[in-house]
Amino acid sequence: MSFFSDPRWGEALAHLPDYLGNHVRVSVTALALGLVVSLPLAIAARNHRAIRGALLGFASIVQTVPGLALLALFYPLLLALAALSLAWFGAGFSAFGFLPAVLALALYSMLPVLRNTITGLGGVDPAIREAAEGVGMTPLQSLFQVELPLALPVMMAGIRTAAVWVIGTATLSTPIGQTSLGNYIFAGLQTQNWVFVLFGCLAAAMLALAVDQLLALIEAGIRHRSRLRVLAGGIGIATLVAATLVPQTARAPSGIIVGAKTFAEQYVLSALVAQRLRAAGFSAGSREGLGSNVIFEALAAGDIDVYVDYSGTLWANQLQRADIRPRAELLAELKATLAHRNITLLGELGFENAYALVMPRRRAEALGIRGIADLASHAATMSMAADYEFFSRPEWAGLQKAYGLKFRTQRQMQPDFMYAAAASGEVDVIAGYTSDGLIAKYDLVVLEDTRHAIPPYDAIMLLAPKRAGDEALRAALTPLLGSIDIATMREANLRAAGGDGASSPDAVARWLWDKVGKR
Amino acid sequence: MQISPLIAFAHVGKSFGGGRGTQAVRAVDDVSLEIAEGEFLVIVGGSGSGKTTLLRLANRLIDADQGQITVEGDDVRSVDPIQLRRRIGYVFQSGGLFPHFSVSGNIGITPKLIGTPPDEIAARVDELLDLVRLDRALYRDRFPHELSGGQRQRVGVARALAARPRIVLMDEPFGALDPLTRDALGDDYRELHRKLGLTTVMITHDMTEALLLADRIAVMRGGKLLAQGTPAQLSRSEDPYVGELLRTPRRQAERLNALLPRGSAA
Ligand SMILES: Nc1ncnc2c1ncn2[C@@H]1O[C@H](COP(=O)(O)OP(=O)(O)OP(=O)(O)O)[C@@H](O)[C@H]1O
Ligand SMILES: [Mg+2]
Repeated sequence: MSFFSDPRWGEALAHLPDYLGNHVRVSVTALALGLVVSLPLAIAARNHRAIRGALLGFASIVQTVPGLALLALFYPLLLALAALSLAWFGAGFSAFGFLPAVLALALYSMLPVLRNTITGLGGVDPAIREAAEGVGMTPLQSLFQVELPLALPVMMAGIRTAAVWVIGTATLSTPIGQTSLGNYIFAGLQTQNWVFVLFGCLAAAMLALAVDQLLALIEAGIRHRSRLRVLAGGIGIATLVAATLVPQTARAPSGIIVGAKTFAEQYVLSALVAQRLRAAGFSAGSREGLGSNVIFEALAAGDIDVYVDYSGTLWANQLQRADIRPRAELLAELKATLAHRNITLLGELGFENAYALVMPRRRAEALGIRGIADLASHAATMSMAADYEFFSRPEWAGLQKAYGLKFRTQRQMQPDFMYAAAASGEVDVIAGYTSDGLIAKYDLVVLEDTRHAIPPYDAIMLLAPKRAGDEALRAALTPLLGSIDIATMREANLRAAGGDGASSPDAVARWLWDKVGKR
Repeated sequence: MQISPLIAFAHVGKSFGGGRGTQAVRAVDDVSLEIAEGEFLVIVGGSGSGKTTLLRLANRLIDADQGQITVEGDDVRSVDPIQLRRRIGYVFQSGGLFPHFSVSGNIGITPKLIGTPPDEIAARVDELLDLVRLDRALYRDRFPHELSGGQRQRVGVARALAARPRIVLMDEPFGALDPLTRDALGDDYRELHRKLGLTTVMITHDMTEALLLADRIAVMRGGKLLAQGTPAQLSRSEDPYVGELLRTPRRQAERLNALLPRGSAA
């Protein structure tokens, strides 16, 4: 199959109106908000050295916060605000998706706008400012008729920089629930779909380039007093915004929204759930690539309707429990606690995706290591790798305590690369996931947790409070419960990592249903 | 009959700086000076002697530290500075044209600020372009960077006159011009001054220009007003600096006469 005849190009293209439209809307809104806040601030600060310094300092610090972290920080903040607003004014708002993305991106856009506005205004010849005063202008007239017009070219350069930054950073708003061109990139990275990754990067780059060039046209128009160019640039931007609004009004979000976290198994399961719902006559959409904490709160708030989580994750993160209970007991308690928040634990899918310590089978056999307990004496000479969150999770603390583990080095890695690193001997042990297909592929072995330091991680289906009484929905999803065993899920995950046309989440979900639906 | 002066400085002082370890500069030091209605006063003095500062005090671009300034009988501190500036024409030392306004936009700015209807402004702009001898059709829509230095200074003069002020303050309006243009522009302005019944205070470095244009000359040095009076009165001054200033043009004229025999060239 040649590069361009790959069916995933067509699939990517089909998502474009939705992803691009959302991307443009969130970027334009954020930029507009950034301008509305930054411009008056810069103007007010221009004659006050201390305020100016404080503002620029603040904006610079914001700039040093990585985009992903900034976006992620706004979600809990808004969640708390929404709860307050609900308590005080009786009306909450959705802290999911659009709002936190707009606020974080607006904050991100402030530095170049502030800096260039202050620089531009400061660069106006004092003789010209005095002349404005001398001909009888009030300070406001001087600002609007003389200083701002003369500073405008420099200000426009700042606005261009801000626009490019915002459009680029907006790809990171996918994990907090805002659909964007980042959906291609996050989904593509997780499912080894390089066509998606490439498509997303190209689309974002082209959008940034187009907006930059249109703003450059306006800037040149201002510089050379050419109304034509300003008009042409303005019309270009307006057209872009209008074009992205049209498909949106046509496809207002409707039906059941299925959520997915940021890894391949989740993409496959959400595709499976959506397929089953459509087969039962529902209209179903999806919100994919959501952060682990974001997705639960989104369900609780009703921003999504259904998703698959793991019992141990909720036990540790939502219930804040560090103790470990037997499977059935943990599930029962989880179900009861979730019911307090009106969240329905519909049931288990049949497999577990737990953290597990994994190493190459041959090496384990050679060293006589069968369980984690056998590892303790070798750990001091071994290196270990895990995903970005593992070392700060209670499971790791539990493991260390139960087995007295202390490795020579600990590294954090993109999960996709971890298994290969273990197979090649680059690291000795990894904290893998029990349902990962790569365990079999690389001939790795899961070390037994005889002391039960790792809680059970049954895959469970959760329903949003507003869907609790929806019998038709329950009926459509019930066939999935208890139907997927660990071997099947591993194979599905391996297929999803295949990197070809048959590895799209939809295709793998169809394969999965073919396999389990007949049971 | 005692006519009250149109502009009066009484014991006016103004210092700059003095903060952060730098020594304060007494830019204007105890200056008392009166300018009668219809008078053409020229201020001369070396660089940094306080001429521009004195002029800026008159329309409150800066405020005095000491003394009192009255314009048309009112203490400038008691009037709205914006209204004051709209009543006084000011030609800036550096030209001070707005680079993003056309010639007509620059000239018509003060009338526009006081709410003159646009058609009246347009007519006024054309009238002023005639007055400063710039071709209406050719220059109206040009931008400052499309003008020569002399043309810019003419526009600066036209702008100062646009709102029909009674008082015009000019800070080296004809500096940086070739001698012929300078001479012609000076004569032109002197004629306008007479025709429109203006009261003019003009700063120049050029003693010859001062002597040719002024009703009265004020000489400044180190922030102080050294002498004031008609050219004839000044010529009787006993101050050596004033004497030196006045002798310079005459000495130059004599040397020129010797160098260029009568009747040649001209
Ligand atoms: N805004 C200011 N801040 C500090 N010092 C100033 C300021 N304006 C003027 N001065 C100082 O005041 C003194 C008088 O300045 P002024 O501009 O009145 O001189 P001038 O006679 O107009 O000189 P020139 O013929 O060179 O234009 C100078 O020493 C100058 O450095
Ligand atoms: Mg000066």
